[in-house]
Amino acid sequence: MASDVFVLLKTYNNSTKVDLTHDLSAQRAAVDRVLSAFRSICGPDGVSLGEAVREQHGKDESVHKCRPPDVVVFPRCVEEVSALAKVCHDHNLPIIPFGTGTGLEGGVGAVKGGVCFSLRNMDQVLDLHPEDFDVTVEPGVTRKALNAYLRDTGLWFPVDPGADASLCGMAATSASGTNAVRYGTMRENTLNLEVVLSDGRIIHTAGKGRRPRKTSAGYNLTNLFVGSEGTLGIITKTTLRLYGIPEAMVSAVCSFPSIQAAVDSTVQILQAGVPIARIGEEEREKLKIICDFKNSCENHDAYSTDVCVPLSRLPQIIVETKEDLLESRLTGPIAGHVGDGNFHCLMVVDPNDPDEQHRVHLFAERLARRALAMGGTCTGEHGVGLGKRVLLQEEVGPLAIQVMQGLKETLDPKNLMNPGKILLGLKGKRLFLGV
Amino acid sequence: MSGRVLVGVKRVIDYAVKIRVKPDHTGVVTDGVKHSMNPFCEIAVEEAVKLKEKKLIKEVVAVSCGPQQSQETIRTALAMGADRGIHVEVSGKDYDSLGPLQVSKILAALAKKEEAQLIILGKQAIDDDCNQTGQMTAALLDWPQGTFASEVSLEAEKIKVVREIDGGLETIKINTPAVLTADLRLNTPRYATLPNIMKAKKKKIANVKPADLGVDLTSRLEVLRVDEPPQREAGVKVETVEDLVAKLKDTGKI
Repeated sequence: MASDVFVLLKTYNNSTKVDLTHDLSAQRAAVDRVLSAFRSICGPDGVSLGEAVREQHGKDESVHKCRPPDVVVFPRCVEEVSALAKVCHDHNLPIIPFGTGTGLEGGVGAVKGGVCFSLRNMDQVLDLHPEDFDVTVEPGVTRKALNAYLRDTGLWFPVDPGADASLCGMAATSASGTNAVRYGTMRENTLNLEVVLSDGRIIHTAGKGRRPRKTSAGYNLTNLFVGSEGTLGIITKTTLRLYGIPEAMVSAVCSFPSIQAAVDSTVQILQAGVPIARIGEEEREKLKIICDFKNSCENHDAYSTDVCVPLSRLPQIIVETKEDLLESRLTGPIAGHVGDGNFHCLMVVDPNDPDEQHRVHLFAERLARRALAMGGTCTGEHGVGLGKRVLLQEEVGPLAIQVMQGLKETLDPKNLMNPGKILLGLKGKRLFLGV
Repeated sequence: MSGRVLVGVKRVIDYAVKIRVKPDHTGVVTDGVKHSMNPFCEIAVEEAVKLKEKKLIKEVVAVSCGPQQSQETIRTALAMGADRGIHVEVSGKDYDSLGPLQVSKILAALAKKEEAQLIILGKQAIDDDCNQTGQMTAALLDWPQGTFASEVSLEAEKIKVVREIDGGLETIKINTPAVLTADLRLNTPRYATLPNIMKAKKKKIANVKPADLGVDLTSRLEVLRVDEPPQREAGVKVETVEDLVAKLKDTGKI
């Protein structure tokens, strides 16, 4: 009814902040035009303009501030995702896929506004093949939900990032966990993906319904999309490799006189071929204090760094990092996956203290560059997101970045897919939206 | 105390499934819906297997009443460590009306036949929430009962049971043979691992009919209608306190 639309537009205009940029207000007008198209695709309940809902979908668990989309849609199946993407493509609207919002690099922030595709209603476990050790899941299935589903089969999916994340989201960020040293990360455990591209085309990266344990068939599209953080397409199904639940697990806590001794022992254990699921290192006392402090201080954020270096360089980087912490007057207990050379400094930051935020930011950059200098990476598991785009350029070099940009331009020429993430300075061929 | 423990395991709709009511309101949709062992039955199986591992009892027998698919539930119990299974075949209309009264009659008959010294059940099933089978079984056998057990220990010829009750925890000592029903905090059930699932395929499941046990399955209950809980309605915003009071009066709240 026209009056309903008028009321909705009025509510919408009243609830959003007025932005003076012509581009963004033109985009908002475009969003208004497509609302009825969205509603006819995913039902009136499947489209939300509410401020609370948009804010909920504009942030994750990082320290990056909330950047809400202009509208949130809740498709129920891949056909709806495709139809919604076509509409967005025709009207040049940014598309931001959203799983559980548990990312750590600001990946879901709608830096140019646009349409957030919240995929939580697509929550089915499809096609379980226990005899083949594989299963296909939709984006609303989290890793704990999958393991609960699998409990009677004797199988589990061992990739375990800290959060109970969406498995398709984990594929999008190439997530890893404490079990990576034995079972690998999402890269090694994703057999096939169903992806909706920015123009609505639906592709299966390894072919529809295919789930061989290994293949040499063509370009590795599956691993192109793993870790693409929503910038190349919307992942709507992922086929995962499963493992037998271990019959027994034995844990040991060992104290070492020095980091070097801890790493040396780790290397020897790995070389001896002992099946180790996790090797973690932590400074227990400091961790407990930080956790208690954070829990008691509501208005603090926790920030986690995430670099990864070759094992042999781990002692040096940890020693240098600890010195840096002291000099910067920061506290950041270190916990890590020693078996992978990946560690995190966990820091409590006051969001209202710009000086502290600045010092943490600079510390994290120095840490990332330290890791790069040792042949490592600026992000072991969390992804590039918003904050590490410059570091990515330093890490892979300008020519590799050119190749990445070429791939992005091929798959998403209008730069609608999660703009502002992973790659810097993309223009995209659009009528009225510049960079 | 040594001997045989009977554990009842019920096949129910998996706890993670979103339940939908059938369009004709006679029940909930079960076709094509994931089923698994009732979570409280898992806890009961785990307790029985633990007792066997401590060598306090000799044999764990898993029992399920239902159609062909109930055998999958028994297999899960076998994979967790039960020694053998008994599948009491109940299907069709009999299965639709199967409830605690009928199941307790079956369990009582089996307990006598198998000379069981202990029956461990879940405290209730998550589909009907009856919380009656354990109590009825004990009554039919004239055995003592330790229900809502959060801790069980065997002492000589008696069983010490810590029960979860409204006021806190109650500790009782009961004679054997007895019926126990498992509450949430009794233990954390183990996952069935692949090798154990393979071994379970070789364990025996006997088929029994209720008539063989002399049990009459007639139900005294008739389900008239099943409805979903009322849908949550949207809230209403008002501008003034007067409007609020008027609205509350209109809807009969004050």
